[in-house]
Amino acid sequence: MQVKETNTDFEVRSLDSSCPNSSELTHPWWYNFKYLLAGILFGVILTKAEVISWFRIQEMFRLQSFHMFGIIGSAVVVGVISVFIIKKYKIKTIYGEEVHFEDKPFNKGLVIGGLLFGFGWAMTGACPGPLFATIGTGATVVIVTLVSAIAGTWVYGLLREKLPH
Amino acid sequence: MTEWLQKPWPWYVAGPLIGLMVPLLLLIGNKRLGISSSLRHICAACLPAKIPFFQYNWKKEAWNLFLVAGVLIGGYVAANFLSSHEPVLVNEKLLSELQQYGITNHDGLVPTDIFNWPALLTIKGLLLMVAGGFLVGFGTRYAGGCTSGHSIMGLSNLQLSSLIATCSFMAGGFIMANLIMPFILKL
Repeated sequence: MQVKETNTDFEVRSLDSSCPNSSELTHPWWYNFKYLLAGILFGVILTKAEVISWFRIQEMFRLQSFHMFGIIGSAVVVGVISVFIIKKYKIKTIYGEEVHFEDKPFNKGLVIGGLLFGFGWAMTGACPGPLFATIGTGATVVIVTLVSAIAGTWVYGLLREKLPH
Repeated sequence: MTEWLQKPWPWYVAGPLIGLMVPLLLLIGNKRLGISSSLRHICAACLPAKIPFFQYNWKKEAWNLFLVAGVLIGGYVAANFLSSHEPVLVNEKLLSELQQYGITNHDGLVPTDIFNWPALLTIKGLLLMVAGGFLVGFGTRYAGGCTSGHSIMGLSNLQLSSLIATCSFMAGGFIMANLIMPFILKL
């Protein structure tokens, strides 16, 4: 039986075999160091924004502070404007490639998986980005939480066919 | 300048900077901001175990692993060179509530009273750190993205599915923090 593989993953693009932008450039591996630098920047911002604080997350979900909502809200506003400008003026990447966007369809995982992640977010006080940053700040026990998150991803992969999507 | 950098950054500075990560990654290499997929790549690289979900060329997505390695280094840099080492100023109501559960130390980014190595052997620690982490990994992949992939990148692209995902993240967090966490913290 042929299983139709539909990519529901928003963050992974190379898996789209039918991706119309398949002319993606191939670069030597060390070109990836620019993403390391971008990551360092992101890690510094997340830490200085206190987004990685367990206490800030508890505060957010108890509606006791505007801080987190202000951060996410203003980040989205800046993101929306940036994407709008890139689309409108057809701004190319530094390699002259067209910037590619694609919309992913609705699937039940957005709600079920979303709720489960919400539970985990409140418990650990960290979404995936902050997990990495918190370890960097020296909270070594969070390594256990990260390994557990990797295990969770693995179990999802194992059960994927049996889960409603 | 350094003094300003060492203070916690207000939301209206930090938020827009996070938003700028979206065009940065798009323009330096046509990449979409996303963190949780790195967990999938780690599975694909280390233990694919013939599971179809992990059968792909993860090396092509190596950029994402560089990104998360950077985030970890960024946490180190911020904590060691750009920090005033003051505790995070959170709502007093939260602190007095947490005090009931024996969480009195709020100097760090994690509550060291309950997030520490020996606590892994307690039910509370196991639930919060291990089960919580598991839910983060399982839930984000099931939803196809996390706070960065959906709530920042997806919403920036005005994707309806990312809005649904973001509302689900928040709903899950509200339910857990207000209805379930009090029972876990009492353990």
